[in-house]
Amino acid sequence: MQEELFISGRNIPKIDPSLEVWHFPISLYLFLGGMAAGIIFFASLFTILGKENKVQTAIKPAMIIVLFALSIGLIALFYDLTHKLYVWRLYTTIRVESPMSWGAWVLLFVTVASFLWVFSYFSELFPKWSIKTGWLKSFERYLINHRKQLAIILLPLSIILGIYTGILLSAFNARPLWNNAILGPLFLVSGLSTGAACIILFSRDHIERKLFSKIDLALIIIELALIAHMLMGMYAGSAVQLEALDILIRGEYTVMFFVFVIILGLIFPALLESIELLGFKVPVVIPALLILIGGLLFRMVMIEAGQLTRYLY
Amino acid sequence: MKYAMVIDTLKCVGCSDCVVACQTENKVPVGYCRDWVTESVNGSYPQLNLELKSERCNQCDNAPCVRCCPTGASHKAEGGIILVTADECIGCGACIASCPYDARFQHPDGYVDKCTFCAHRLKEGQLPACVSVCPTKCMYFGDIEDPTSKVSHLLKSRKYKVLAPEAGTKPNVYYLI
Repeated sequence: MQEELFISGRNIPKIDPSLEVWHFPISLYLFLGGMAAGIIFFASLFTILGKENKVQTAIKPAMIIVLFALSIGLIALFYDLTHKLYVWRLYTTIRVESPMSWGAWVLLFVTVASFLWVFSYFSELFPKWSIKTGWLKSFERYLINHRKQLAIILLPLSIILGIYTGILLSAFNARPLWNNAILGPLFLVSGLSTGAACIILFSRDHIERKLFSKIDLALIIIELALIAHMLMGMYAGSAVQLEALDILIRGEYTVMFFVFVIILGLIFPALLESIELLGFKVPVVIPALLILIGGLLFRMVMIEAGQLTRYLY
Repeated sequence: MKYAMVIDTLKCVGCSDCVVACQTENKVPVGYCRDWVTESVNGSYPQLNLELKSERCNQCDNAPCVRCCPTGASHKAEGGIILVTADECIGCGACIASCPYDARFQHPDGYVDKCTFCAHRLKEGQLPACVSVCPTKCMYFGDIEDPTSKVSHLLKSRKYKVLAPEAGTKPNVYYLI
């Protein structure tokens, strides 16, 4: 039997014994970016379909939350950079091979378009603060007339924003936990689900809440299927992927992953939403908050545990 | 032309001279290193085998660090050497996360740093610092595309391995076994 007894001698405090370059700010950004993508997706989709009246929260107050989410996310990203003064270098290059590069560009366009979107609803949202400046007023009128076009631009951008966070991680083949192709769709669906939960949380309209509860329920079922797909894929994978799977199913992140992410963050709120849809009274805040917390914890688990997985040679 | 390093694990005694030479030559900040020595004992008692290896950035042909860098700071330079332009690096850490060899670190000044095969010395016709100081002469450096070079000759005549070939990075540091 070939057995490796010990490896020693490598002494790089910032790298060994485990590599961890990304911490909470990155998990927070991935969560906020995903949630923002979800809200933008629903707001623009319903606008394109001409059903703005049915989803008033999604297209107005929730889009303000998007601005906050994107801004806080961007601050978190900036905070995590170690060479901050050179951040502008991101926007002097376009590197198609690097998910981080095109993600940065998409993030820029989404942020600008979301600000324009909210500005087009400025008079409706803040009736007391009327815009007095002439050119701003005509700009607002121009945006109001072009909301549908803005939605047509935002819809694909929101899908790219939602999926890129997963693709970003899956592109790192050095970290076996991340290196699976399902992570992009999984993060997208999770982002849509947290976006829907956020809309439910802020909606005062019973019909809108019910609509998004149904959407969220469907998304949670898809998300659970994708998580099962990811775990089965790793179970059928190479030695390094089996080791990565161990961290999730019988390692230090098992409780966090199964209890907090899967049971409390997905299955339990899905049950509550089903009960509510059947006509029983459930405080709408509970499932919505659980989904949001579960979404954040899911990204934390994936970021932290992913960095513990590596090739051992 | 493609630079490669060939290291004879049967000759290496694990003295870490290469590590110190690199730290001195490249002014590597205290607590960090661009190269390091690993010891591993393999086998079952009493048939044990001690292997010592001097490791560093593998200057991969299919380099994930170059691929994932959002600003182009990590790039392939002459001879296939991968370099980081400090003024273009934003310190996002993507290249660190993408390296299966964990060969990169964040320099205290913010940018990401790693072994350069001593590119500045190569320009002057000198060998990398680690190779030039090795007391057992277990390290060889040269053009792997030149069939008459010492490194090509060694790889033709001896058994060798590369680290984590399954990661698909096509490394250019070879270990004679």
